[in-house]
Amino acid sequence: MKIELQQVSGRHPAAKAGSPNAIRGVSLAVAAGEQAAVIGPSGAGKTTLLHLMACALQPVSELGQATLSKLQIDGQDPWQLPRSALQRLRGRLFLAPQVPPLPARQRVVNAVLAGRLPHESVWHSLSRLFYPRDLAPAHAALARFDLSEKLFDRVDRLSGGERQRVGLARLLASQATLLLVDEPLSALDPSRSQQAIDALTATARERGATLVTTLHHVEMALANFPRIIGLRDGVVAFDLPAAQVTPALLRQLYANHLQELDGPAPETTPLPTTEATPVVMLCR
Amino acid sequence: MSPAQRPELRPKLKSQLQPQLRDPAWLGRVFGCLATAVVLWPLLVLSEFKPGQLFEPGALKPTLHFLADFFPPKTDADFLAMLARETWRTVAIATAGLVLAMLLAIPLTLLSVRVLSISALSGRMAWLPSVFRQGIRGVLIVLRSVPELVWALLFVRIVGLGPTSGVLAIALTYGGMLGKVYADILESGDAHASQTLLRNGSGRMQAFFYALLPQTAAELTSYTVYRWECAIRSSAVLGFVGAGGLGQQMDASMKMFNGSEVGTMLLVFMLLVWLADNVSAWLRKGLG
Repeated sequence: MKIELQQVSGRHPAAKAGSPNAIRGVSLAVAAGEQAAVIGPSGAGKTTLLHLMACALQPVSELGQATLSKLQIDGQDPWQLPRSALQRLRGRLFLAPQVPPLPARQRVVNAVLAGRLPHESVWHSLSRLFYPRDLAPAHAALARFDLSEKLFDRVDRLSGGERQRVGLARLLASQATLLLVDEPLSALDPSRSQQAIDALTATARERGATLVTTLHHVEMALANFPRIIGLRDGVVAFDLPAAQVTPALLRQLYANHLQELDGPAPETTPLPTTEATPVVMLCR
Repeated sequence: MSPAQRPELRPKLKSQLQPQLRDPAWLGRVFGCLATAVVLWPLLVLSEFKPGQLFEPGALKPTLHFLADFFPPKTDADFLAMLARETWRTVAIATAGLVLAMLLAIPLTLLSVRVLSISALSGRMAWLPSVFRQGIRGVLIVLRSVPELVWALLFVRIVGLGPTSGVLAIALTYGGMLGKVYADILESGDAHASQTLLRNGSGRMQAFFYALLPQTAAELTSYTVYRWECAIRSSAVLGFVGAGGLGQQMDASMKMFNGSEVGTMLLVFMLLVWLADNVSAWLRKGLG
């Protein structure tokens, strides 16, 4: 699937009134099957950009430029579609949020197979909760991340890094052709990071899918993605092939945030714990 | 002013002179206490709350006499067999009523839960789904705002004396309660998982079964079991208006001033509630 943004602005719906938009008049196009990494200091608007591409956020109008704004996915404006068609379009893309969206008491097998839901009938997906089905694809997706022995474990028995990889295995199990991945490496050590990136890029190549990833790990981005989009303060600072991204450009991009560029290398942010809290008796 | 008073006065003066040492919560606390008293006093007058009445000699003697009758509780075999049958009927009324209530509550919950809204994924919910969900919530309010006793009186007129009216009364009121609280439980949990599924194109039912339910199943079960316990107690009360079960027998014994029978029945009641409590603790442990 191809994406085209022209002068698109976006903000989180819960953002404070009067605060500037997180994405301000961004124009870029990603061709079908292309692989790109979005880098930039924290607060640059990377997540908002992904949400705009995923039709999770509706573009807002920037003062004075409203008429020029255009967002197209596969040549059509998703927000002009009727809601059911928009939901079908969303079924063809996969947005993987930074915090793995896994309920604590769910088993890994169901967490992974949830990626297939948009392409299944309701009956098929609900009957699977009772009768084991589609175990082979779930097992294969987990095997790419060395997690196949965790197939029947509960999510709250996994470590933070394992949970993040289960979230990525869900992406592999899906049949989406536009993959939008937010910080897939934030809880992984360097060797696991390389494995995860390899699995993502290889999967995208195998199914001819478009892959856009935000990454805080600049070297990983430069080494594994042919195209780098540098984002700062909600605008595109540069959009270049990886070979043309110079250290000077990076220093400029991360000015005032240099510790994010060359700070302690594998910068892992601890994920919020998704422990199952003990059940309390509710008397309402 | 004597010199002995001066050290006590000094900190007070100091706090008045230094506004940063004034506790901002103090005034609110005083106001809260006064306001509560002002509101409660007329309520006590209106409800004719006169505890002294209980201890007037004319009232005290028959009460004590009736209570003394509780001991020893009646334990002859015929009575116990009848009691066992009626207890079982009470549990059956409560269980059947609760199952019907769930059949009523679950679809209404799914229709009214806001976190399963697709239009609310990107900002505000569209007006039509929003009005629809408010409407369903309104139905739930109507169902639970009529006490089960009133429903039971109504059904006793329609279907006659007996357990059926008890079952239907519990089903309606508890359907409203379960629907409201189920929706509250589903909405109070973390919406991240279900939102992500909806954003990736899943349907509402799929998002419910693959994200919301595993997240909240334990809370939902725990609350349902607690409501089952309430339904057992309530089905006993419904017996007083002729809806069958233990309550109907208790009503008869009360009217005959048969304290020893009432004593046995109260013991059975405590046993039932204790059992329900254990079942719920066991279920929660299994789900934890």
